[in-house]
Amino acid sequence: MPAVSKGDGMRGLAVFISDIRNCKSKEAEIKRINKELANIRSKFKGDKALDGYSKKKYVCKLLFIFLLGHDIDFGHMEAVNLLSSNKYTEKQIGYLFISVLVNSNSELIRLINNAIKNDLSSRNPTFMCLALHCIANVGSREMAEAFAGEIPRILVAGDTMDSVKQSAALCLLRLYKTSPDLVLMGEWTSRVVHLLNDQHMGVVTAAISLITCLSQKNPDEFKTCVSLAVSRLSRDYTYYFVPAPWLSCKLLRLLQCYPPPEDGAVKGRLVECLETILNKAQEPPKSKKVQHSNAKNAILFEAISLIIHYDSEPNLLVRACNQLGQFLQHRETNLRYLALESMCTLASSEFSHEAVKTHIETVINALKTERDVSVRQRAADLLYAMCDRSNAKQIVAEMLSYLETADYSIREEMVLKVAILAEKYAVDYSWYVDTILNLIRIAGDYVSEEVWYRVIQIVINRDDVQGYAAKTVFEALQAPACHENMVKVGGYILGEFGNLIAGDPRSSPLVQFNLLHSKFHLCSVPTRALLLSAYIKFINLFPETKSTIQEVLRSDSQIRNSDVELQQRAVEYLKLSSIASTDVLATVLEEMPPFPERESSILAKLKKKKGPGAVSVNELEEGKREGGELNGGGERGADNSNMAASNASTPSPSADLLGLRAGPPVNAAAPSAGSLLVDVFSEAGANDDGFLRDLEPPTESSDSLLAEGPGDSDSAPPSVVSEDPAAPLPESNELLNKFVCKNNGVLFENQLLQIGIKSEYRQNLGRMYLFYGNKTSVQFLTFTTTVTCPGELQSHILFMCTFKKLNVQAKPVEPLIEGGAQVQQVINIECLGDFCDAPLLNIKFRYGGALQNFSLKLPVTINKFFQPTEMASNDFFQRWKQLSQPQQEAQKIFKASHGMDTEVIKAKLLGLGMALLENVDPNPENFVCAGVIQTKAQQVGSLLRLEPNSQAQMYRLTVRSSKDTVSQRLCELLAEQF
Amino acid sequence: PFRHSTNSSMIPPLTGTNLNQSGSEMQFMLLFSRQGKLRLQKWYVPLCDKEKKKITRELVQTVLARKPKMCSFLEWRDLKIVYKRYASLYFCCAIEDQDNELITLEIIHRYVELLDKYFGSVCELDIIFNFEKAYFILDEFLLGGEAQETSKKNVLKAIEQADLLQEEAETPRSVLEEIGLT
Repeated sequence: MPAVSKGDGMRGLAVFISDIRNCKSKEAEIKRINKELANIRSKFKGDKALDGYSKKKYVCKLLFIFLLGHDIDFGHMEAVNLLSSNKYTEKQIGYLFISVLVNSNSELIRLINNAIKNDLSSRNPTFMCLALHCIANVGSREMAEAFAGEIPRILVAGDTMDSVKQSAALCLLRLYKTSPDLVLMGEWTSRVVHLLNDQHMGVVTAAISLITCLSQKNPDEFKTCVSLAVSRLSRDYTYYFVPAPWLSCKLLRLLQCYPPPEDGAVKGRLVECLETILNKAQEPPKSKKVQHSNAKNAILFEAISLIIHYDSEPNLLVRACNQLGQFLQHRETNLRYLALESMCTLASSEFSHEAVKTHIETVINALKTERDVSVRQRAADLLYAMCDRSNAKQIVAEMLSYLETADYSIREEMVLKVAILAEKYAVDYSWYVDTILNLIRIAGDYVSEEVWYRVIQIVINRDDVQGYAAKTVFEALQAPACHENMVKVGGYILGEFGNLIAGDPRSSPLVQFNLLHSKFHLCSVPTRALLLSAYIKFINLFPETKSTIQEVLRSDSQIRNSDVELQQRAVEYLKLSSIASTDVLATVLEEMPPFPERESSILAKLKKKKGPGAVSVNELEEGKREGGELNGGGERGADNSNMAASNASTPSPSADLLGLRAGPPVNAAAPSAGSLLVDVFSEAGANDDGFLRDLEPPTESSDSLLAEGPGDSDSAPPSVVSEDPAAPLPESNELLNKFVCKNNGVLFENQLLQIGIKSEYRQNLGRMYLFYGNKTSVQFLTFTTTVTCPGELQSHILFMCTFKKLNVQAKPVEPLIEGGAQVQQVINIECLGDFCDAPLLNIKFRYGGALQNFSLKLPVTINKFFQPTEMASNDFFQRWKQLSQPQQEAQKIFKASHGMDTEVIKAKLLGLGMALLENVDPNPENFVCAGVIQTKAQQVGSLLRLEPNSQAQMYRLTVRSSKDTVSQRLCELLAEQF
Repeated sequence: PFRHSTNSSMIPPLTGTNLNQSGSEMQFMLLFSRQGKLRLQKWYVPLCDKEKKKITRELVQTVLARKPKMCSFLEWRDLKIVYKRYASLYFCCAIEDQDNELITLEIIHRYVELLDKYFGSVCELDIIFNFEKAYFILDEFLLGGEAQETSKKNVLKAIEQADLLQEEAETPRSVLEEIGLT
C-alpha cells in the first residue's frame, strides 16, 4: 500500500483498494467486491448505529465500487444522512456520492434538497460551496425548481464571499442550461453584468461564462456587457494577458455573441486589442514551455474567431490569415491542425478568401504528407472550402489522387465533396464527366447512389455533353474489372445516347450491347434491371440489335428468373419489342426529358452525414438555428426534421431514373424548371443555384417541389398584366398569417420566383431581409419592387426602403436577376404607433418579354414589436383587473384548425413575442402571456389568455391591452394561428 | 459571416447572433490508463449509465490507438476531443464545436499541476487511492464544465482548508478511539 494518503486517510478504504488491485483475475475481483458489498450491507442494516466515520468510509467504498463499473443499488440513504453531518469531510463524501450517483428517487431528492437548503443558509462559505457544487453537478429539474430563485440572490448579495460567488455563478449557469424556463430574469441580471468589473479574477472568470450564455439568449438585456468586456480585455491584456488566458478567451468568446460595437471608441479599443494579440503572436516566445505557447495561441485563435465573426475588418482578416499561414508549417502538429481548421472559416469570408487561396500548395502538401489522419481530414476540408472557379481543377485533381490512398473513414465524404466541387465549378462538361467517372473508378464502393444519379441527370439535361459521355463510359467499360456503379452509369447512358457513338465501327450497336451484356452476370439485381431497360432502349435505337436482344430476353435465365422484378421486365420488354410498331416503340422509349431541377441530392447527402467541412457544418448550424427561431408550430412539425423533410420532398431519383416500368414520362416537366440545371454551369453568378434549394426551410421546399409538376399552374402569374401595381394576391393574407409567429421562411413561391424572408426586431425597430430567387434559367429584366403602406399605416410606420431613397446603407435591389441567381433586399422598419394593415410589396419584372406584376403583404404585424414581460401570478391578475374597461378586451371563440398539442401552442405563443407565464392560471391547461408592444409614440401593455378545450376542439382567446385597437388586432391575428 | 452559407443560403445568418447556443464548455472529462482502465470520470451533461459506458469504451479505444506524435485533437461524433497523455495516464475532454482546443489543453494541464502540487509528484496510484480527492480538486477548479477558479494558489488553498477542517474534526476522534471509547 502506498504511503500517499492525505488528510483523513480512511485505512479501510485503502486496504480495500489494494485488495482489488491485487486481484489476479476479473472473477477474483468480482468475488472480493461481492464480499465487500455483503459486509457493507450488513453494517448498514445492523442494529448498532454507525458513527459518521464508518458511514463515510462505507459510502466511499461503494463509490469506488461504482466507479469500477459495478452497479450500486443501496447506500443512498446513508449518503444522504452524511449530508447533514456537521463534519466537513463526512458532508463532502456525502455530496460526492450524490453527485456521482444521482438517483431520481423522489423521496431522496426531497431529503437532498433539504440538506442543500440548510447548507445554503448556513452562512458557512465552505458548506455553501459544497451545496452549490452538488447542484451544479446534478443539475436536475427538481433542483432547479428548488433553487433557481435562491441562487441569483446569493450571487449578487453584497456580503457573499468571492468563492461562493464563483460557485453560484456557474451553478446558476448549469441550471439555466438544463431548465432555462425556471431561471427568471430579474433585477439581478443587471448586477450580474457588473461582475465583469469585479476585483477578484476568479469571480470575473466564473461570471463571464454565465453572462455569455445568458447573452446568447437575451442579447438586449445584456448589451452593456460589450463595453465592459472590451475594457476588461484591454485592461487585463496590458497587465496579465498571458497569465489570464482563460479569462481572455472567455472575454473574446462573450464578444462573439454580439455584432461589432457601435460605439466608435469601444470599437477602437477592441481593434487595438485584436491588433496587439496579432502582434504578440509575432514576438519571440517568453518561455520554451509548450504551456506558454498554448496559452498565447489559445487567445490568438479566439481572437481570430472574433475577427471572423465580425467579418468586417479586411485588414484584420488578412492578418489573421497570414498568421495562420505561418502555423501551417509549424512543427507542432496541434498548431497545424488548428490553423487548417480556422482557415476553413476564413475561406468563407470575402475579405480573406483570396488570402487563404495563396496557401493552396501548402495545404495540398499537408493532404499528401501529414501522418495524422485527423490533420489530413482538416486539409481536405480546407481545400473544399477554398475551392472556387480559379482553382477547382487543381483541387479536384488533388482530392481525386488523394482518394486512392485515403483512409476508409473519410472516403465517402471525400467522394461527395469531389462530386459537389466538380459539379459546382465545371466549366466544360467533359471535365465534369471525366471527374465523376474517375471517382467511380477510384472509389466506386464509396460512390453513393446520389452521385451517379446526379451525373446522369446532368448528362440528360446537357445535350452537348451526351456524345462525350457515351464515348467515355464506353471506354471505361472496356476495363476488365469495372465497378458496378460504372455499369449502371454505362447502361443508362448508352441506352439513351449510344446512338451518338454508333457510327464508329469500334463502338457499333452490337459491340456496345455485347460490352454491356458481358457485365450483366456479375451485377446485382437492381443493376441487371437497369441493364434490361437499356436493352429495350437499344431495340428502339438500333433495330439491327433486335433479334440478338430478344434472344437474350427470351432465355430462361431472364424470362424465368426467380427474381420477380427481373422476370417481369424481361417478359414485358420481350412482348413490347415483338408486338409494338416502330412508332409506338419510339414513343414509349422516347429520349428521357430533361430532369426538373431539384435539391442537389449530393449536397443533401453531405449534409446528412455528420461530416465536418466548412460548408456542411455551417449549413447544419444554420438549420439548427433556424429551427430554434422559427417556432413554426403545427404545419412545420418538429423543426429539426429539416433534413428529413427536404429529403422526403425530393421525389425518389430512382423512380425517375430507372422507373421504366411506369413508362417514361411522355409529357415533359415544366420547361422552365427543366432547363434550370443548365445554369448551374453557365454563369459565375449562378453557381449556387443547384444548392439554393437545400437551404430552404423544410415546409416551403416541399411545397415548391410538389408545385413543380407539369400541369400545375395555379400560381403562375397571369399572362396579361398591366403596368400599375397589382392588387395583393388573393393568398397574401394567408401568407401573412404564416408569419405572425415566426420571422423567417419562404414568403412566396411560384414557378418563376421565390421570395425568402428573414427578419429581426428590437424594440420598435425591425430589419427585414428579402431574398428574391430566380427559379428559371432566363434573366429577369427591369426587376423592381416597391413597398407602400396602405392608408393609416403610412402615418405610423416609416419605411426607409433601400431602393426608394434617402438614408440607406444597403444596395438597391438589382434590376436584373440572372437565371438561377438570388438578390437580397434590406428593409428597415420603425414602428411609430400601433397599426393594423401590413405594408404592401409590389414586384414587377419582365420574364421572356412578359411583364410580371403582383403584390404581396409584407409580414409586418403589430406583435413583432412585443417585448416579453415576465411577471408573477398576483401581478398578472392585478394588471388584468386594471384593464377591465369593456373596449380594452377582445375575445374570440374559435375552432381549432390544427392539432391541440401543448408544445406546439407554446411554441407559437413564444413566437408571438410575448412572455409565456407558467403557474399563473389556476387551470394548468390554459396559457397566459404578457408583453409590451413598443412603438415610438407609446408602449402598449398586453395580456393574453388562451383556453383550449380539447374535447370540443375549441379555443377561447382573450386579449386585454391598454389600447382597444391592439386588443382587436391581436385577437384577429392569433385566431388564425391555432 | 461565412461566404458559403451567405452565397448559397436562401437566408444568411443574422449579424450578431452566435452559432453556438447550447451546452457546456466541456461535456465530460475522462482519465484512463494506458491499459484502458478508467480512473476518473466527470460528466457535465446528463447521460444514462449505459451511454456513459459506451462513450467511455469507444473513446478509450480511439485515443489509445493513436500514435504519440499525433495531434491532440480529434473529431468524434459532433464533438471535439482534446486529450493529452501524462506518464501512464490519459486525460481526455470533450468540448463543443465552437470551443477552443488549446485552452482546453491548458485546462487539462492546470488540473494536472493542481494534482501534482497537492500530492507532490502525482502518479497514477495517488489518483487510484485518493480518487475522492481528485474529484474534490476538480470540483474546485471546474464547475459545470466551466473554469471556476484558474488560480492554482486559490484552488489549493480551498482544498487545504478543507483538509484542515477535517483534521480538526478527526483528531479528537482518534484520541477517543485510543482510549477505547468507541
